[in-house]
Amino acid sequence: MDRSELCFDLVDAAATERLGSALADWLRIGDTLLLEGPIGAGKTHLARSLIQARLGRAEDVPSPTFTLVQTYEDERGDIWHADLYRLSQVDEVIELGLDAAFDRAICLVEWPDRLGDLAPDGAFQLTLSAKGDGRVARLSGPTARLKELGRVC
Amino acid sequence: MKPLTFLGIESSCDDTAAAVVRSDGTIMASVVEGQTALHAAFGGVVPEIAARAHAERLDTCVEQALTQAGLALTDLDGIAVTAGPGLIGGVLSGVMLAKGLALATGLPMVGVNHLAGHALTPRLTDGLKFPYLMLLVSGGHCQFLRVDGVDRFTRLGGSIDDAPGEAFDKVAKILALPQPGGPSVQAEAALGDAKRFPLPRPLLDRPGCDMSFSGLKTAVLRLRDTCMTGLGGLRAQDRRDICAAFQGAVADVLTEKTRRALLTCPDATALAVAGGVAANVEIRARLTALCNELDLRFLAPPLALCTDNAAMIAWAGIERFQSGALDGMELVARPRWPLDQTAPALIGSGKKGAKA
Repeated sequence: MDRSELCFDLVDAAATERLGSALADWLRIGDTLLLEGPIGAGKTHLARSLIQARLGRAEDVPSPTFTLVQTYEDERGDIWHADLYRLSQVDEVIELGLDAAFDRAICLVEWPDRLGDLAPDGAFQLTLSAKGDGRVARLSGPTARLKELGRVC
Repeated sequence: MKPLTFLGIESSCDDTAAAVVRSDGTIMASVVEGQTALHAAFGGVVPEIAARAHAERLDTCVEQALTQAGLALTDLDGIAVTAGPGLIGGVLSGVMLAKGLALATGLPMVGVNHLAGHALTPRLTDGLKFPYLMLLVSGGHCQFLRVDGVDRFTRLGGSIDDAPGEAFDKVAKILALPQPGGPSVQAEAALGDAKRFPLPRPLLDRPGCDMSFSGLKTAVLRLRDTCMTGLGGLRAQDRRDICAAFQGAVADVLTEKTRRALLTCPDATALAVAGGVAANVEIRARLTALCNELDLRFLAPPLALCTDNAAMIAWAGIERFQSGALDGMELVARPRWPLDQTAPALIGSGKKGAKA
């Protein structure tokens, strides 16, 4: 599959929220977004912005670090927000039901290295890193889909 | 009147637990399995995800609890079980076990909200009268609850992002301190100067009781990197001072927001805390001082009853049962179950975007 990369300069928290909104409109059921970056890179903040924009309603989006998975119901299809930081074995991903959710929900996965080879082939990878007081986001995935996003961002 | 004796079952979080509690407040047995399972590579407690593993552990926990209490199932008056919120596999195992036991014995069964278990604990330990203010502050939770009755909770505010326990764990990770982060950050902070590094006090400038701890974690990360510039490592005293600054900031935010929450509850009989973070010495001292200043009772149950356990579930089950609650075979496990269904959701700060 032809893959390419988009790069976003996120100068402040509001810029991260705008990216979250844009991604919320663009993602489809069956899409998986793998959120990479060290602690404090802003993974949960981006996921929270995305989920709240997608739901279009007031909704708590707590950090999933302790609960492992938070699910959000939406008439356009559920959103799964997972944090695999505390997992120790790949088969725990299956216990969580995440492999099944990849097909029928939008999945946002923090610490996706714990997925091993269970990560879906067409998954998008979003890597956050610090840059000055802000962040840089690099989004890679299938080229055709990234072109659609490029038109709205 | 003979007191009621309930079996409590809890499997919604990382631990599996069973307890036998009487309506006079006697905890006849309280068994918790899993708290010592530390995982060095990632830090923190390894979560038990498999429903089957919970189910296997639950059987032994219930057996142990009954043995310790010196009772048989036939000596019980009812069964209470956590029906949510939590990881669905764990909650399901507990609910299925409770249903099986209820069917086999004919005992009444009551489903309990895990958070209600925490919120009613001060009544188990101290017979606290309604209404009171509850600060639930742990690894996964951070909220203020006004408690008016067994099923009457009002959420006054809470963290809009990370819970403080999670922030302590992640700060420990950032500073290469051992997990769990609460005790190790506290030990370092005791040797540090809280005034050397200024850290933000998130949301203190805004009205209301909502809190935010995620930004504090990021501020600590930046502070660490600044301290390490040109050194290739972090000086021991710098680390202690960062820990002291972080702990001071968390304590400041919790204390000030507690003050605001208490202002909305002038009729409260006490401030009660629950959750592992309530064990932090500085946070506890600051909250105690606040209550002394306001001439209000401060109540912190023993740590074993502040962290996840089944005694609180048995107790909440007794209280619910006495108020007329009873669940049948239709009781469902609920991954999401806010205690206060009327409170508006907490929205992230400064939300912007097309649909905001």
